[in-house]
Amino acid sequence: MDMFMEYLKAFLIGGALCAIGQVLIDFTKLTPARILVTFVVSGVVLTAVGLYEPLVEFAGAGATVPLTGFGYALAEGVRKAVMQYGLLGAMTGGITATSAGITAAIFFGLLIALIFKPKSKS
Amino acid sequence: MSITNQEYDSLTKQASPGTKSYKTIPMAFLIGGLICVLGQAFINLYIWLGVDQQTASTLGSMTLIFIAALLTGLNMFDNIAKVAGAGTLVPITGFSNAVVSPALEFKSEGYVLGLGAKMFVIAGPVIVYGVVASVVYGLILFLFGLV
Repeated sequence: MDMFMEYLKAFLIGGALCAIGQVLIDFTKLTPARILVTFVVSGVVLTAVGLYEPLVEFAGAGATVPLTGFGYALAEGVRKAVMQYGLLGAMTGGITATSAGITAAIFFGLLIALIFKPKSKS
Repeated sequence: MSITNQEYDSLTKQASPGTKSYKTIPMAFLIGGLICVLGQAFINLYIWLGVDQQTASTLGSMTLIFIAALLTGLNMFDNIAKVAGAGTLVPITGFSNAVVSPALEFKSEGYVLGLGAKMFVIAGPVIVYGVVASVVYGLILFLFGLV
């Protein structure tokens, strides 16, 4: 039952964040690239004002998998690094905390792009 | 039957299913929610395998990044995204697709300025503005002694 609730919460919060993205696509002229940027920066800001951490604790992957979670990881990384290293932490914390995700996207991206053929334009 | 371009346009508009918000928003909710459930399942799997919460969360995201990259390579991602809209765009899968898709498409323009550079056409701005926002947050924390 606990596990069911965990998945339900991930589904609801993750779904809601995606629904917000769809509203932006349908009702504004924001391009997908701008929506991704908006979500990441929103994640940083919401984490900074203390609203995103409770959402992560509540929904788990429902809050960390959407791109706002990428912003959360950036902001949390910076907060912890400033605590530990002071001013330098503001420069190192973000990329350090998100290095695995960024590197995975670059590495898998290159690998897949080398292996597969681009789809033929019809 | 001979028709003008304008008539043809209006005919295709009638024939092609429109993007109606009462359909697109629930679809984005459903598929986006399911992707997050899948992410949670991977996190739980990695925890079960014995890694700590933080590492499991990172590995879960990396697994979704890999799956989305593979589906993009197999030409399947776009078909799902057509139905899912923001449901596949907003999760980390959208970031992965945004890296792989232009990398594949521009491979023909060379491995350095084609594949290597175009990879960051969308991911670049995401990283730039995300990192800059986090640095600003860090500076505020430091200057006001909030930590």
